[in-house]
Amino acid sequence: MSETIRTTIAFALFAIALALAPVVFPSGLALTMMSLMGVMIIFALSYNMLLGQTGLLSFGHAVYYGLGGFCAAHAMNYVARNKLGVPLPAIPIVGAVAGLFFGALLGAVSTRRAGTVFSMISLGIGELVAAFAGIQRSFFGGEDGIATNRVKLAPFFGYKFGPQIQVYYLIAFWCFVCVALMYMLTRTPFGRMCNAVRDNPERAEFVGYSTQRVRFQAFMLSAMFAGVAGALAAINFELMNSQAIGAGTSGQVLLMTFVGGIGHFFGPILGAMLITFLQISLSDITKAWMLYFGLLFILVVMFAPGGIAGFLSIHQPLLRNGRIFKLAPSYLMASVPLVALVLGMIALIEMAHHMLVEAASDGAKMRLFGLAFDGASPLPWLVAAALFFGGAFGLKLVWPRIDEAWAVAQAEGKKA
Amino acid sequence: MLQLITFSTLNGVLYGMLLFMMASGLTLIFSMMGVLNFAHASFYMIGAYFGFEISRRIGFWPGFIVAPLLVGVVGALIERYGLRRVHKFGHVAELLFTFGLAFVIEELVNMIWGKLPVDYRVPPSLDFVAFRLFDTTYPAYRMFMLATAIAMFAFLILVLKRTRVGLIIQASLTHPNMVAMLGHDVPTVFMAVFGVGAALAGLAGVIAGPALVTQPAMAALLGPILFVVIVVGGLGSLGGAFVASLLIGLVQTFAVAINGSLKDVMGPVATTIFGELGGVTLAQIAPLLPYLMLVLVLIFKPTGLFGNRES
Repeated sequence: MSETIRTTIAFALFAIALALAPVVFPSGLALTMMSLMGVMIIFALSYNMLLGQTGLLSFGHAVYYGLGGFCAAHAMNYVARNKLGVPLPAIPIVGAVAGLFFGALLGAVSTRRAGTVFSMISLGIGELVAAFAGIQRSFFGGEDGIATNRVKLAPFFGYKFGPQIQVYYLIAFWCFVCVALMYMLTRTPFGRMCNAVRDNPERAEFVGYSTQRVRFQAFMLSAMFAGVAGALAAINFELMNSQAIGAGTSGQVLLMTFVGGIGHFFGPILGAMLITFLQISLSDITKAWMLYFGLLFILVVMFAPGGIAGFLSIHQPLLRNGRIFKLAPSYLMASVPLVALVLGMIALIEMAHHMLVEAASDGAKMRLFGLAFDGASPLPWLVAAALFFGGAFGLKLVWPRIDEAWAVAQAEGKKA
Repeated sequence: MLQLITFSTLNGVLYGMLLFMMASGLTLIFSMMGVLNFAHASFYMIGAYFGFEISRRIGFWPGFIVAPLLVGVVGALIERYGLRRVHKFGHVAELLFTFGLAFVIEELVNMIWGKLPVDYRVPPSLDFVAFRLFDTTYPAYRMFMLATAIAMFAFLILVLKRTRVGLIIQASLTHPNMVAMLGHDVPTVFMAVFGVGAALAGLAGVIAGPALVTQPAMAALLGPILFVVIVVGGLGSLGGAFVASLLIGLVQTFAVAINGSLKDVMGPVATTIFGELGGVTLAQIAPLLPYLMLVLVLIFKPTGLFGNRES
């Protein structure tokens, strides 16, 4: 099968998945979550245009997301106030223009250098804009932010975008358009030049390209898509506040992109979906969810720098030649200590959290995994510690077997 | 006016010295290993919390000695079992590792000591007025902080310039491969420098905790400023870090103290020209100034004031 056909099929499946998702998951919570996922997919992919494609590690990408969002919120209010005939689905274009504008403005100074200097400038600009947002109240709305009302705009073929399901389809449409555009961009000569600038800037210069200009162009485009994501967030929440522009949001997009995998186009999509899902579902279950995020991120950096996408893609050749089942026994064996390790870690964190933060007001009694027990007694601690250390030790024992199974599967794959 | 200038200078120098206690370690670590340690301010925070915990149980002075040592050990362990592992994946991975670490440390502190500031107090033995000038008193604890910072600075210079260890460290800054060739264990030198850098940041936390606020956000508040200091001073340059620390300390203190706005200087015209920004006071802009300096320095002199390398 040629690559074009495969890509077309992949995008057709993506479109069908986007269209059918609300049919499969019709609950209100699922709709909220999927809307946010759509926004975050665009945001994470735009970030990966910098980090993954061009090799620029930015600590201030939320600036363009936030500014896109604020401009969109103001545009929505302006359109509603003056009763202009602009429908809601056109608002993300405002975000795109705002992102492009600020990307050009701030990118001109920040993309002069690559590497660590670029990271530092992006951090500086991020902090600068965030601090500025606290001062300039009329535009950023201070603590309250800028509220807007998406229903007040001109109806679009009769749709007023009040119910979340309509907003979901609006986001899904823009998500598909942006993903397709960003994918196509990676296939253009410009996209290839970005990779060249990432991998070997010196050679890219010799071929006759200005690395600075390539970085600048990639930066502007990335900011533009981040602006679209911000505008969609403004439409989704009907509120933009200065948190969206701050270091926290910049850190979050870095986290989801990296966990998803920066080496593959679909990595950030997986990362955005996973992290958004965890964020919404975990924050109800545990108060220490931020800690789990941090740990997950560190573990990915330390043990799987390719992220989820990297992990999946190393299995692809084995899947194609049918050797994947060779790995199954050793994976199954490794999963036992892995589950023990994770359960033990969660138990230790949750028990520590309960005893340190909540025991003072709620008492030592607590529930975890459906079990009720006394957090002050030693037994649950011993069990959790045993799971954790036993799991770690077991994993260490099983590891050579996985390596071995890999070697066998690969060798057979080559022979076949 | 004279009073304002005197006290602002004093406070600015104090703040600058505090920044330098952290920036010195950060810039040494950077120039040796090429790692911009995002978690450096987190060591400062751990230092403050360790100091608080020890002072609550035993007393301030044991904490003053023990807490930095503990932080140093934590730092060395993180280098040995975390950073060294990631090293083979390159600088971006190292940067990301320390970024995640800062995140985790903040959450752990949140979990252990809670989100609210803890009651870390100035010890009674230092809780008196040092001197009185122009009817304003100056607390002794601030003089103690200044003395500690200066003592640490002298110690650092002495170790780096006058001892054999310092010689090896200096050599590792510029010629790590050559130093390894000569038979020195460079990874251990790295670990030691990382540990000592963490300990210095911890010491800064122990003494700054009672004077400033000991809270989980203190690392996130100070971390980016530290980057500003070492970039403005020139990456890898200790002298540059010193000058930049004082510069930023003074700029921030004076900006807060002066508290004027464009409106005060130019009259109501300022509002017509600059709109809302005309009424913004210098004190409000103070947090912005370091980053403005960072961006300007990086654009016009990417090597920093005293540095000679770009990245």
